[in-house]
Amino acid sequence: MNTTSPDAPPAKRDEALIRIVDLEKRFQGKNMDVYALRGVNLEICRGDIFGIIGKSGAGKSTLVRCINMLERPTAGHVFFEDKDMCALNDAELRTVRRSMGMIFQQFNLLMQRTAEQNVTFPLELVGTPPDKARERARELLDLVGLAKRMDAYPSQLSGGQKQRVAIARALATNPRVLLCDEATSALDPATTDSILSLIKDINTSLGITAVIITHEMSVIEKICSQVAILGKGSVVESGAVEDVFFHPKTDFARRLVLPEPLQNMPQDRLYRLIFNGRSSYEPVIANMVLECGCPVNIMYADTRDLNGVAYGQMVLQLPDRKESIERIIAYARAHSIMLEEMSHV
Amino acid sequence: MFDERTVGLFLQGTVDTIYVTLASTLFAYVFGIVMGVALVITRKDGIRPNALVYSVLDVFVNLTRSFPFLILLIAVIPLTRLIVGTSIGNNATIVPLVISAAPFVARLIESSLLEVDPGVVEAAQSMGASTWQIIRKVLLPEAKPSLINGSAIAATTILGYSAMAGAVGGGGLGKLAIQYGYMRYQTDVMIVTIILLIVIVQAFQSIGNWATRKCDKRSR
Repeated sequence: MNTTSPDAPPAKRDEALIRIVDLEKRFQGKNMDVYALRGVNLEICRGDIFGIIGKSGAGKSTLVRCINMLERPTAGHVFFEDKDMCALNDAELRTVRRSMGMIFQQFNLLMQRTAEQNVTFPLELVGTPPDKARERARELLDLVGLAKRMDAYPSQLSGGQKQRVAIARALATNPRVLLCDEATSALDPATTDSILSLIKDINTSLGITAVIITHEMSVIEKICSQVAILGKGSVVESGAVEDVFFHPKTDFARRLVLPEPLQNMPQDRLYRLIFNGRSSYEPVIANMVLECGCPVNIMYADTRDLNGVAYGQMVLQLPDRKESIERIIAYARAHSIMLEEMSHV
Repeated sequence: MFDERTVGLFLQGTVDTIYVTLASTLFAYVFGIVMGVALVITRKDGIRPNALVYSVLDVFVNLTRSFPFLILLIAVIPLTRLIVGTSIGNNATIVPLVISAAPFVARLIESSLLEVDPGVVEAAQSMGASTWQIIRKVLLPEAKPSLINGSAIAATTILGYSAMAGAVGGGGLGKLAIQYGYMRYQTDVMIVTIILLIVIVQAFQSIGNWATRKCDKRSR
């Protein structure tokens, strides 16, 4: 019952906790079947904070619901700790679900119960004695920073506080994984940050794997270690967050990594330059312009915080002369600056 | 008219009416809650979808609800005799009232339970709650304010029907209104009866409203 023990064994990165194999979810439409998910393969390892990003209608919510079988896949398999979730009967499924906590965009708290009673709810379901359940609820509400609001009803709490109660409730039965379905989408930016750092803390201190569904790249950047990009029901790209951010392979990934305004820019001779913490101390652009003897047009620049490390990116339009472009590319290669041509955004 | 005997009649009528109404409401809820819950969980997007059970219940509820009460009252006399041993008096009134009100109560309960946020039910499922646990610990408690509000509506409606039962030998204020007010042209008795009924309806509704507000934790 004690998840807060600091001597929990460190999670190994290479051990798969959830394996999704050839997953398909088909809904019957009026004229033809609609595939919400098709041929999805993913491996989520112990200790990961695994982000799944995509636009609305991409099938993100269906995918996360297939992990705990709130939605039954029409084909394929979901393995959780090597158990095939699709093969479980109702009673077995209920037992396994206790090892999987879930939080939602709309919090989904029981409105007629206090914060404490919401946290004891999953414990009541498994028949934990009331005093033990209350003790555990107090411990968890303390962990999420709500020890003082134990007797408050959800209607008396702010959005961020409600999500904290929901997190405490999801942790009550010592889950191995926390499934977060757009958990911060109904929250303002500051509250979003505080909820994300809470999830990160829980991941680090309790070793609980997190699966984060979102449509916001900023959420992925802030806490995720791995990311899968979902488009039209399939995984279009996946890998470590840095890899996808630096080298987006698909148009879809590029669209998510690069901001909206770029889509209205001239489409030719655009190059993307990426700085990491080291290169940001040098005047990279100025040096490059001086040495190559040709001007560049800075179209866009921003900085990103990936898992606590600051990265900058800049979009340059290079001069309209082939030899100038070649010179700049050679310069970048010689100084190991990440510079890549952008195809259509 | 306000001699001791008449006052006694009014008093007895009031007590009888309240007894018949409350007892009928109680039994109607016993059956109505089962049907209402079954309607909610077996519907297409319910937690235990079952098209057959749902449509049978749905049709049954609609059929019994469209049956005119006065006809039902007479039609079930054999059943009433079987259950309470007689077809006149307070207890005999309860049988047709329950039969008539239960489907109505089922609909009230159905609509209250449908107000419960499906997201909360989904959350309970994600925690491994069984169907029975969802009914007992999520649907009914979360719908409590609405259910209490519905029970006040049910009680006042049943009160109205119970007055009708006076026509076929049921007790209570309905009997007074028909025997004294209507058959003997005692308009004053009729007026007092009506005022008493209004007061009782008002009381049920006020108690219902108060209890609904008192138990609802959503608006504070």
